[in-house]
Amino acid sequence: MTRRPRFVVPVLAAAALALAGCGAPVDEQPAASATPSGTSSDPLAGCTPDALKTLTAGTLTVGTDKPAYGPWFVDDDPANGKGYESAVAYAIADKLGYARDEVTWAVVPFNTAIAPGPKTFDLDLNQVSISEDRRKAVDFSSGYYDVRQTVITYKGSPIDGKTSVANLKGAKLGAQVGTTSYTAATQQIAPTEQVAVFDTNDLAVQALKNQQIDGIVVDLPTGFYMTAAQLDDGVIVGQLPAQGTPEQFGAVLDQGSPLTPCVTAAVDALREDGTLEKLVGEWLSTQGAPELS
Amino acid sequence: MTVPAAPSTEGDGQPSALELERRRYRRGRAVRSAGISAASTLLLVGVVVALVVTSPGWPRVRATFLDWDKAVESFPAVVDGLWLNIRVMLACGVVIAVLGLTLAVMRTVRGPVAFPLRLFATAYVDLFRGLPLLLVIFVLGFGAPALRLSGLPSSALFWGACALVLSYSAYVAEVFRAGIESVHPSQRAAARSLGLSYGQTMRHVVLPQAVRRVVPPLMNDLVSLQKDSGLIAVLGVIDAIRAAQIETALDFNFTPYVVAGALFVCLTIPMARLTDHVARKQGFHGAGGML
Repeated sequence: MTRRPRFVVPVLAAAALALAGCGAPVDEQPAASATPSGTSSDPLAGCTPDALKTLTAGTLTVGTDKPAYGPWFVDDDPANGKGYESAVAYAIADKLGYARDEVTWAVVPFNTAIAPGPKTFDLDLNQVSISEDRRKAVDFSSGYYDVRQTVITYKGSPIDGKTSVANLKGAKLGAQVGTTSYTAATQQIAPTEQVAVFDTNDLAVQALKNQQIDGIVVDLPTGFYMTAAQLDDGVIVGQLPAQGTPEQFGAVLDQGSPLTPCVTAAVDALREDGTLEKLVGEWLSTQGAPELS
Repeated sequence: MTVPAAPSTEGDGQPSALELERRRYRRGRAVRSAGISAASTLLLVGVVVALVVTSPGWPRVRATFLDWDKAVESFPAVVDGLWLNIRVMLACGVVIAVLGLTLAVMRTVRGPVAFPLRLFATAYVDLFRGLPLLLVIFVLGFGAPALRLSGLPSSALFWGACALVLSYSAYVAEVFRAGIESVHPSQRAAARSLGLSYGQTMRHVVLPQAVRRVVPPLMNDLVSLQKDSGLIAVLGVIDAIRAAQIETALDFNFTPYVVAGALFVCLTIPMARLTDHVARKQGFHGAGGML
């Protein structure tokens, strides 16, 4: 006589059923994308709060990382409209017909912004450089800022006063992880010493203060900000020569987001009417930095 | 005189018919239970797999986390990073073992004269077990070089390794202490009655048994150290996870993380088997002895 496993079989069966039950795939209806309706004269036609399928109807949710760094944001508060990216976000919202109080901000760490899965924002402004490889994973708006990479250091460092990229070969450089600055450091300068990578630019600045590294590779506005506000004796060594296609920051959107065409149209319109240029003049240091040969 | 029902064929080494019947029955039961467990496992795994691959987001997840081309492309960089993990683990592991054992011996020394030693060891363990490792790494890695003392190295790798050693020695000291205190007092008494000094008793009787007993938990700490060695990446050096992060940033494809995870597991499993084997060879059979 066999003892029937009176308990185990039903439990296993129930578990399997429960698993099968929770997996009823939710077929996501492709949202009717509010494509700019045709008229070549105004690509923004059809981009209105009523037509746009945003996360919350009637509001535009903009994401950025925390802490939000200068000169892109001021006082770690993206909602105050101060700082270049904050100002650009409100300008985009304005072009799409959202009032200031219809814009909400979400804290979105960089890795969350680029991961697959449901997004907690409509668009994300986080100094993310546009690249074709990255387009496989996310949507980008058109570029709202043209980036130049620079090298900064402290007065009297081994690379202070160097004038060519070749002269930086022997330097111990640092950069933030996952940035195009790091790529520029490793590939364009290609120093003999391994480039140090840091989680944040703040840690890189700390290492530079400790003289654990000779210089940091960052985008030009951040470089100005670091040498002016974060370092006591910071100097800009110079800008790296531009290579191939100019690098641009773009807003990150979910892949296949119905908002992409409209956000792109808004950014294009801002570039067109001189708003971007005006905001650059207002928030980003426009004094020149020497060009490295 | 009764004839036995099943004539036993004792003496010629042949099992009886009854015994053969029993064996057949047992074999049958074994086959049956193996079949049922296989079917049950397959069913559950099948349901889970079916759920995952039929989910609406699966194609995107597969493309983002399981992209073979990206894995091949990122492999060299991740392995390079892993080499740093391995070097840090080996170098720190040796220092931690020595320091941990020293602390444990200090903490178990008897007698009022040795009180300062016990006090120091106890305070050290309390402090460094309580401090989050990341905090120790930050304070040492960015604080010590900021002193600008000549003669002190400013290398991030050195200070990161120091932080690992300080933190892990506290854990390992407690493991060793548990081992030392698990050796029965009669062992010490026997050793002392044979004329061994305190030092000789520790060296020849107590510590060999203590260390053997704590090999599995020590292995735990070694595996944990292997993974935590990556934390020193916050100081700017590139370990496996950091290398994966850099590769990921190029095209926002997360496959390099999966590659790094697989490599870590591939490192850990052989290490665990090796230590089990060594412990068994040294005559460690667990608390139950040879039963």
